[in-house]
Amino acid sequence: MSDLILEHSQAPLRRQRRLQWPPLGASLAILFLLALLLAALAPGLFTRIDPLAIVPREAFQAPSWTHWLGTDQSGRDIFARIVHGARQSLLIGVAATLLSMTIAVSLGLLGGLGGARVDRGVGWLLEVLFAFPSLVLALLFVAVFGSGVGPLIIATGLGGAPGYARMVRGQVLAVRNSGYIEAARALGHPTARIVLRQLLPNAMRPLVVTLTMGVGQAIVWASALSFLGLGARPPAPEWGTMLSMGRDFIASAWWLTFFPGLFIVLTTLATTAAGRYLQHRLEGRLP
Amino acid sequence: MSDPTTLTDPRRERLGALARRAAIRLGGGLLVLWAVATLTFFALRLMPGDPVLAILGGTTGNPTPEAIEATRREYGLDKPLPVQYVLYLGRLVQGDLGQSYSQHQPVTRVLAEQAGATLELTFAALVLAWLLVLLLTVVTAGRGRLIGGLASLAETLSAALPHFWLGVVLLAVFAFGLRWFPPAGSDSLASLVLPAFSLAIPLAGFIAQVTRESLELTLDQPFILSARSRGLSDLAVRFRHALRHALLPGVSLSGWAIGALISGAVVCEVIFSRKGVGRQLYQAVQLQDLPLVIGITLVVAAAYVLANILVDLLYQWIDPRQQEASA
Repeated sequence: MSDLILEHSQAPLRRQRRLQWPPLGASLAILFLLALLLAALAPGLFTRIDPLAIVPREAFQAPSWTHWLGTDQSGRDIFARIVHGARQSLLIGVAATLLSMTIAVSLGLLGGLGGARVDRGVGWLLEVLFAFPSLVLALLFVAVFGSGVGPLIIATGLGGAPGYARMVRGQVLAVRNSGYIEAARALGHPTARIVLRQLLPNAMRPLVVTLTMGVGQAIVWASALSFLGLGARPPAPEWGTMLSMGRDFIASAWWLTFFPGLFIVLTTLATTAAGRYLQHRLEGRLP
Repeated sequence: MSDPTTLTDPRRERLGALARRAAIRLGGGLLVLWAVATLTFFALRLMPGDPVLAILGGTTGNPTPEAIEATRREYGLDKPLPVQYVLYLGRLVQGDLGQSYSQHQPVTRVLAEQAGATLELTFAALVLAWLLVLLLTVVTAGRGRLIGGLASLAETLSAALPHFWLGVVLLAVFAFGLRWFPPAGSDSLASLVLPAFSLAIPLAGFIAQVTRESLELTLDQPFILSARSRGLSDLAVRFRHALRHALLPGVSLSGWAIGALISGAVVCEVIFSRKGVGRQLYQAVQLQDLPLVIGITLVVAAAYVLANILVDLLYQWIDPRQQEASA
């Protein structure tokens, strides 16, 4: 059995057609992510309450039937704000991960294919970028370009890029010398075609999992920046910003910070679980 | 590689190889730091807004043109950029990080005052995280599906907890609810507990995941069976034989973890209003205090590079095979 798995994991990209119901944890995770996506596309499906409506009379209400997750200092409904915040958080997470990946793939390909000297240069550049802890890198970026959603995405993306780049480079180096690349070269395919059709898909395959989990991580990092007051501006329903605003009231109204944070945690957990499931499916490996 | 025919003390030779490697790594580390200094310097010069205005009290300062001119000359900001860069590097080599705009004292003094608190916090968190990892993995690894599943669920959960949320929740429960620990400050040991836990728990989750995996692989090895057949108790086998082999992935992750800890320290110091480099960096960014931002970034990068070199050496020391492979 183990021989069979090994053979499968080393074979070039091949699609599995067999459909199987995922295990409980993964199903819940995927359901949660789907609900999140739906909330991002059409928040009106989940709540009719306006996330920005200020009702001073109803400030600081504890969770109840009318306000499921309570209200904040201006009487805004927290559940509605979380639902409406899903779009912002998902957008930031996905965009930042894509940015990280784009930088990482360019650097990784450059390092893996550009010859020994270029590779050493890329390795050194990565080491330099690695010397900045990601939040410090992001803080520096925000210091230079100011706060807001755009800089937040770029800052988060930059912060995550070195880690991914190291993985891509390793993968490219591992795949570069495999038999099927040699075969493609022997067949006389142009280099660009080999890179796009053979090298990249196979080098990226293990990274699909990392990418899925990366979205969750990016949401956490972006929330951390928002939490520090460097991301989305206060009235906007963004999870990190909500947490940050609620921090002043934790002694009296815990729900202001608890629930937005809970959704960040659930999103990270869901992306991790979904990523592991994907890994299991793609690599035929037990989680 | 050593010549097998010469008779030298293997332990001494190992130390020699370790020292050589340390020297090479330190040289590389210095190069990296130079690049970090350069990158930070030029990046922050791109910053919008006049640094002179930041020195003179931000946008509300409303200084006279003469004052602006005088300050520009005082901080050397009237010279062309390359000259400023060379002067900056020259001062850096002498250990002079310049004057903080916002605090009107040398950056090195600010750092000296704040670094202790951050070191204390990150060190406490790292030790705490490893204690949690050892407790959780060594005792539960390879104990059947239920216990293993529960423990790995706990690990995944704690790895998913963001520092800032965990910090706020711990603050709400243990400082404001139960009143066990002070909600803010950095003077007593009690005030260290909550920040250290909020940094350590997610980290422990990450390290425990890889340590469990490698520990379970190790427990299947023949040398574990032979240790058991010699009549060693289960815990002795786990702690004395299996652990050393299973530690490697976790140790190499600790290098990365130090970066995560520094990032987390920024957040935790802000939440718990602790003294420290992280909160200082956060404030410096908000106040556009360039020398302080550069100074802290450099020191943080230096600490990180140094820590990674130490982890690398520790790795070699735990597993001498690595050394032979790389020598």
